[in-house]
Amino acid sequence: MLKRLVSTALVALVVLALLPAGGDAQAPGPIKIGVIQPLSGPVAASGNYVRMGAEIARDWINARGGVNGRRVELVIEDNKSDPKEAASAAEKLIVRDKVPAIMGAWGSSMTLAAMPKLEEYGVPMVVETSSAASVTKRGNPWVFRISPPSEMEALGLEQYVEKLGVKKADFLAVNTDWGRGSITAFGDMLRKKGVQVGAAEFMEQAATDMNAQLTKIKQTGGDTLFLTTAVEQITLVLKQGQEQRLARKIITTGGSSSPTQLIKQAGAAAEGSYHIVFFMPWFPEAMPDGRLARAFVDEWTKRGNPFEGLTEGFRGHDGVATIVEAVRLAGRDEPKAIQEALWKVSFTGVNGPIKFEKDGPAGKESGQSKPSIFIVQVRDGKVALPDFLKK
Amino acid sequence: MEQLLQHLVNGLVLGGTYALLGIGLTLIFGLMSVVNFAHGEFYTLGAYAAFAALAWAGLPFVAALLAAIAAGALLGALCERALLRPLRGHSIDTIMLVMIGVWIAMQNAELLAWGGVARSIPHPFPTAPLTLGPLNIAPLRLFVVLTAAALIGLAWLLIQKTRLGTAMRATFQDRDTAALMGVPIGRIHTITFAFGSALAAAAGALLGPVFLAYPSMGDLASLKAFSVVILGGLGNLAGATLGGLLLGVAEELGAGYVSSGYRDAVGFVAIILVLLFRPAGLFARAERIG
Repeated sequence: MLKRLVSTALVALVVLALLPAGGDAQAPGPIKIGVIQPLSGPVAASGNYVRMGAEIARDWINARGGVNGRRVELVIEDNKSDPKEAASAAEKLIVRDKVPAIMGAWGSSMTLAAMPKLEEYGVPMVVETSSAASVTKRGNPWVFRISPPSEMEALGLEQYVEKLGVKKADFLAVNTDWGRGSITAFGDMLRKKGVQVGAAEFMEQAATDMNAQLTKIKQTGGDTLFLTTAVEQITLVLKQGQEQRLARKIITTGGSSSPTQLIKQAGAAAEGSYHIVFFMPWFPEAMPDGRLARAFVDEWTKRGNPFEGLTEGFRGHDGVATIVEAVRLAGRDEPKAIQEALWKVSFTGVNGPIKFEKDGPAGKESGQSKPSIFIVQVRDGKVALPDFLKK
Repeated sequence: MEQLLQHLVNGLVLGGTYALLGIGLTLIFGLMSVVNFAHGEFYTLGAYAAFAALAWAGLPFVAALLAAIAAGALLGALCERALLRPLRGHSIDTIMLVMIGVWIAMQNAELLAWGGVARSIPHPFPTAPLTLGPLNIAPLRLFVVLTAAALIGLAWLLIQKTRLGTAMRATFQDRDTAALMGVPIGRIHTITFAFGSALAAAAGALLGPVFLAYPSMGDLASLKAFSVVILGGLGNLAGATLGGLLLGVAEELGAGYVSSGYRDAVGFVAIILVLLFRPAGLFARAERIG
């Protein structure tokens, strides 16, 4: 019995070992792209939206006949909202699945944890969400970021500081590389503009009760609260701020605020809040490529994906589109060739033009694109352009 | 001063819910010697049960709370009968591993059933806070803390004043003797596990509307429950209650006056100190040691 089991297993193994060889001889297999996202854990919602966007990009590209005559296949790994898992996901994708390029890994701490693996194995990664400056400053030439670092975001907001009436600002941020980096970046920009900076408070990524921080912030007498975290915690902070009668202008940074979800889940507590976003699905025509943006919103809705996920979902599309464009330019799917081709990428994604410039220590620069940045406000239970942006 | 008062109120409200989480866990450990890693998952179950009852079945808030408690008790009883009863008498490590399995299985089942996106549980309370001088407290939170207190009181009455409670305590003190005296140990274990799980589900249903419901919400709850139980002493009901309040206030004051980045660290430093100087828990009575 056991003998037969062993021999069957052996036969199966031999057959399996032969299969891919046979496949290669007939037609080249699909081009694999690794995707690392938080599909479970505290920021799972965002990661799943990015995945949905990536799948739209994949399907669109395959419907057009793929790239270099080959289909695109996504190999998706869950980093469980945990930096340790992000590193092992990167290793698994590179070693086991042999992907020539990766998109990931949402949060800055997760991306930073995965980055050493890229250098170790020599595989490029397109970073679609992370905001911490350190991502492109560590001298890792395999990193190409299409999301804005916090400094770029702060610079984008600078022109509106007077119009927003910010005189004294406080900060509340998630206690990660993203949150800490954001407080530094926005704090520096505001100080330069002569704005007083009050409290800088932190919360753990999984924390649900922020009353202590809010009670403290309430004492500073500021007029604006800069809030940096994912939509789940923003919802909680808005609700708890209302419970504490915290009368502040609230500005969220990082683009992961999903104003539509906030309106749904925080209700009146979201009223009046400002949000820095990198995609405006409410008015896609106002995006740099209005037609592409409109098509993306339509496809997203057609698939039954939740509308509130669009502000994250576009990242997945743009990330995968960037990698595929590099594969097209390289003409093959080898990691080194894709890395070199990424420097030549120049096209317009849902967010806007994507083109990499050098960032970080000389000789080991990472790529940083210059994304479009927008600011919207929740007004009368809807997402609108702030008054000062209206013509 | 105003700030201190508000911190204390926040801490007590938070601590009350920690206590509710802690007593379920401490009961199960004390009576059954089961380290219930799945405790937080029953908390999540309670939150989702309340969500389903409120948002889908349209039940009133109190009925949804009862539905969540029933769901917790039912699944708890099922878990005990199917998994723990066959393992009775096995080493505590084996049972611990099984409970870790239950934790992972339940959390992934929740992820599969509900998806990763957080859900906001509707509640009938006004969102504007009640204001008392400089203090603010949301009506929902007040309701939560009062209900938690009532549930803790009920649990205490059940254990101290009823025949069932006497049988539970007898089992806790000496299982073999209790069995010889005619206490149906099997049934006591099922009831205890169901009761502890129901309390966790109640906590989930109460806190779900205050926060958000998402599949991994139980991890933090488990962590807090274990902290509370260690603070209060394993198997000690009054200890878990006081431990919960203490942890809530310590975290709140730590976040308010030391650094909000180290909020969770404050709680754990307190636990390390307790373990160093009062290893059986802050409120352990002499006869419980050993």
